[in-house]
Amino acid sequence: MTAASRPIRVLVAKPGLDGHDRGAKVVAAALRDAGMEVVYTGLHQTPEMIATAAVQEDVDVVGLSILSGAHMALFPRVRQMLDQMGRPDILITGGGIIPAEDMDQLQALGIGRLFGPGTPTAELISYIQSWASEHLEA
Amino acid sequence: MNFDPLIARLRAGNTAALARAISVVENERPGFERLLAEVHHSLGRARRIGITGPPGAGKSTLVERLVAAYRQAGQRVAVVAVDPTSPFTGGALLGDRIRMESVALDDGVYIRSMGSRGSVGGLATTTREVCDLLDAANFDRILVETVGVGQSELDVAGMTDSTVLVLVPESGDGIQTLKSGVIEVADLFVVNKADRPGAEQLRRDLEVTLGLRRRAGRQADAVLWKHPVLLTVATKGDGISELIAALDRHHAWLLESGTLQERRTRRLLHRTREVVDRATRRWVWEEARADQRIAERLEDISAGRVSPYEVAAEVLGGLKQGERT
Repeated sequence: MTAASRPIRVLVAKPGLDGHDRGAKVVAAALRDAGMEVVYTGLHQTPEMIATAAVQEDVDVVGLSILSGAHMALFPRVRQMLDQMGRPDILITGGGIIPAEDMDQLQALGIGRLFGPGTPTAELISYIQSWASEHLEA
Repeated sequence: MNFDPLIARLRAGNTAALARAISVVENERPGFERLLAEVHHSLGRARRIGITGPPGAGKSTLVERLVAAYRQAGQRVAVVAVDPTSPFTGGALLGDRIRMESVALDDGVYIRSMGSRGSVGGLATTTREVCDLLDAANFDRILVETVGVGQSELDVAGMTDSTVLVLVPESGDGIQTLKSGVIEVADLFVVNKADRPGAEQLRRDLEVTLGLRRRAGRQADAVLWKHPVLLTVATKGDGISELIAALDRHHAWLLESGTLQERRTRRLLHRTREVVDRATRRWVWEEARADQRIAERLEDISAGRVSPYEVAAEVLGGLKQGERT
């Protein structure tokens, strides 16, 4: 009868122009099955649409799937917009075809861990869960 | 927790504050009832419109069209879209925003997705309260989209001013329209995807059913609401202005007939009972240490040495004794 625990809320979005969202759907379904509330916004989202949705939905985490090579522009842009909208606390994570040095650079800009192609979804789930247990109030 | 700064920012139109306040209520965080009490005196401005219907009927697309139309008329619009929560994992995939992309960046639009979280009436347990916050945040229209419903998920009708039931030509024949349930509580009927065969037939079937019901009703003709059945093709925008006009007519009727006041009073009665009920349950379970005491006796219940009824009586008996001492 305790209402203490609440589901982690995650926005899963696919920014940019590539029209391939199978990966994002697989991730969304895996997070749902891990007990999270997943707001799925689909393809071709601009950073502004992603940040607006994240704020309106009061999510804890934004997960982006970027396969187009535009990750160095898109991740920091979403971070910047969320900060401006008063939500610097939202974790931004995600995956795609991203070279290791780019991942390091993005992390220095306030982006969370990023995952390469073929990463088991369990890894992403446990990353989000351990981040949540550290950063979210019970 | 002091919610004053949050409420002030919410009233000033800060989206992050509104979103956070909704989470406080949705998660029933400590003090959420105080937050609701604070905003209660400024309610009643928004028109609350429920959109319900079976999965795939086009509810989200219809909502997007309604939002766009209301925005053109200069109204601020909030949407609450409920999708089912898994009873097994507690997870949910909330996908209604996908269909609302064209209005997503409009400053005068706020969209919030909710998981149903164990509620079986087509809404989440706190959707009503969330609408109060949206009302306090000065939205003119609040559109509540239920999960895809079957015949008996009627919660939405108890919490909105107008309920729209969205059907499609494939929704069934005249017999389906005669059944009890959601058909009985809707104020307006929409046959969406009306460019498909069977739309006219379904409309006629619905009108016959509604006419029969009117004749059997006891209300005087003058105060009777004649349920409209409208044809739409939401993907093309066909029939939307007619639906907007019908919603306006319904609102005017609600005002003239006194039904609006009646519905809102009934809602408040229900709400008050609900708050008492929630507090009672919390109090009993905590005070009687019910979970713990049931766990202690579970082996006995399972082995058939004692019945669930006797254990329940023990738990509640302890409560009464505690009160006396």
